[in-house]
Amino acid sequence: MVEHRRWNDIVAYLILTLGVLLVVFPVYVALIASTHDAATVVNGNMPMTPGSHTWENYYRAIFVGGSRASREPVGHMLINSFIMAMGIALGKIFISILSAYAVVYFRFPFRMAAFWIIFITLMLPVEVRIYPTYKVIADLKMLDSYAGLILPLIASATGTLLFRQFFMTIPDELLEASRIDGAGPYRFFKDTLLPLSVTTMAALFVIQFIYGWNQYLWPLLITTQDSMQTIVTGIKKMLTTTDELAEWQLAMATAILAMLPPVAVVIFMQRLFVRGLVETEK
Amino acid sequence: MEKTAIFGNKALPYALLLPQLVITLVFFYWPASQAVWQSFLREDAFGLNSDFVGLENYQALFAQPEYYKSMITTLVFSSLVAALSLAIALLFATQADKNLKAAPVFKVMMIWPYAVAPAVAGVLWLFMFHPTLGTLARPMRVLGFNWNPLLDGNHAMALIVMAAVWKQIAYNFLFFLAGLQSIPRSVLEAGAIDGAGPLRRFWTITFPLLSPTTFFLLVVNVVYVFFDTFGIIDAVTGGGPAGSTTTMVYKVYADGRLGGDLGGSAAQSVVLMVIVIALTAIQFRYVERKVQY
Repeated sequence: MVEHRRWNDIVAYLILTLGVLLVVFPVYVALIASTHDAATVVNGNMPMTPGSHTWENYYRAIFVGGSRASREPVGHMLINSFIMAMGIALGKIFISILSAYAVVYFRFPFRMAAFWIIFITLMLPVEVRIYPTYKVIADLKMLDSYAGLILPLIASATGTLLFRQFFMTIPDELLEASRIDGAGPYRFFKDTLLPLSVTTMAALFVIQFIYGWNQYLWPLLITTQDSMQTIVTGIKKMLTTTDELAEWQLAMATAILAMLPPVAVVIFMQRLFVRGLVETEK
Repeated sequence: MEKTAIFGNKALPYALLLPQLVITLVFFYWPASQAVWQSFLREDAFGLNSDFVGLENYQALFAQPEYYKSMITTLVFSSLVAALSLAIALLFATQADKNLKAAPVFKVMMIWPYAVAPAVAGVLWLFMFHPTLGTLARPMRVLGFNWNPLLDGNHAMALIVMAAVWKQIAYNFLFFLAGLQSIPRSVLEAGAIDGAGPLRRFWTITFPLLSPTTFFLLVVNVVYVFFDTFGIIDAVTGGGPAGSTTTMVYKVYADGRLGGDLGGSAAQSVVLMVIVIALTAIQFRYVERKVQY
């Protein structure tokens, strides 16, 4: 700020503290609920302090599974989510760094056509073409498979644009220098371009990992077996039980577990995360 | 901008493009064209064969009162979420932009909800406001407010708006903060020397200079509300009660799944595609991205 007034700072601290409370409160409530037993949670008068059932709830959720409707242990769902998120992040980095390399460093017929074919995918999220995509996956016999969970969500241009933009900022002299050293396209890519792209790759990885982890509609549609469920879709299934009361304390423990990995990624890789978010929007 | 130094290989670039092109064609263009094609077909009740019916699916769609209702629901939902999350995020960003010692801590605390899945965010809010066991539902009842999002459409709408706003504040906060930090200090100092107080400086200098950021965020937020809130709606209300939280995207899903009306669902998909392409075009045409970190 231009002038420095004490009350001005105090107001800022007050507003920001209020904001943080607003942001944290729903998670705090969930965390508390995951430490009580079922009776305490459902009577509508849950205390705002931790209970004594933490170990039991998390153990049951991770290793035994929730209610009768979905007997799948959350531990297994976590593994599925992890495979899906990693597959989407790594797959997208792989296909988009190659295609960006082709578009920037080569001249060939239909170059711009190829670029536009990829570029248009930015405009249509998977939610819009959900049933036709489902049908394609069913025709390819990919229901209930990791390939079916991962591949359709890789088909988008964000990564290609990001790498293209980054390659444009690399001085041409670098390429000339490595050509004088006798490097071909493969050596130039491996020895010069890849090392320079590490930060961009990491930023894209962070964003795509979160995107993949948090997918909901797509896994909901194409997984019919409980053993292929991801954690984000699993929570919902815990709450739609018909034959008994939903076990909210387990659902809340699962919600906390579902939040941990992506939130940890944002907090511990904040710089990369911010960079990835801002760069992919340009 | 083009590179001057390039490789002269003939086949290699096609090989490099192949993985992405194959995935894009199989999982994007094929289904998208199927959607367009299906929207002109009508399947018989057993799904055995389909007839070409031209624009009938579209006519049927625009003759449905429910479809207009879902349009209005989408409009209400997206304007509420965009307006609230932008305003709240701007308030917090202006405060975090001041030279506070704890600013980095506040920044992390404000941005982490971005990482929470929409469906999970929905479940958190549903739990807090659940009519029988919600922590915040009881005080509301004590105050004589008959809160029940499971029965009352307006209450259900309020609940999904809150959950969607809670999740979107992080994103907007980040971009507003970046926008604020790119405003030259000298301009603000000049305003201060002319005797403008902090509030006056905000409205006459900061806010106009932020307008590219604001406009960009407005488009992004509308797209977010259209597509990324599906998880929130499905987890909290399932489109109910009585369809009062069924947005256009949710209707595509619900009609195709429950009704099995694939032609109608595909026609809705096509209408949505047109809307998204229009939004994206607006974004590319009018938004100058001046966000620098």
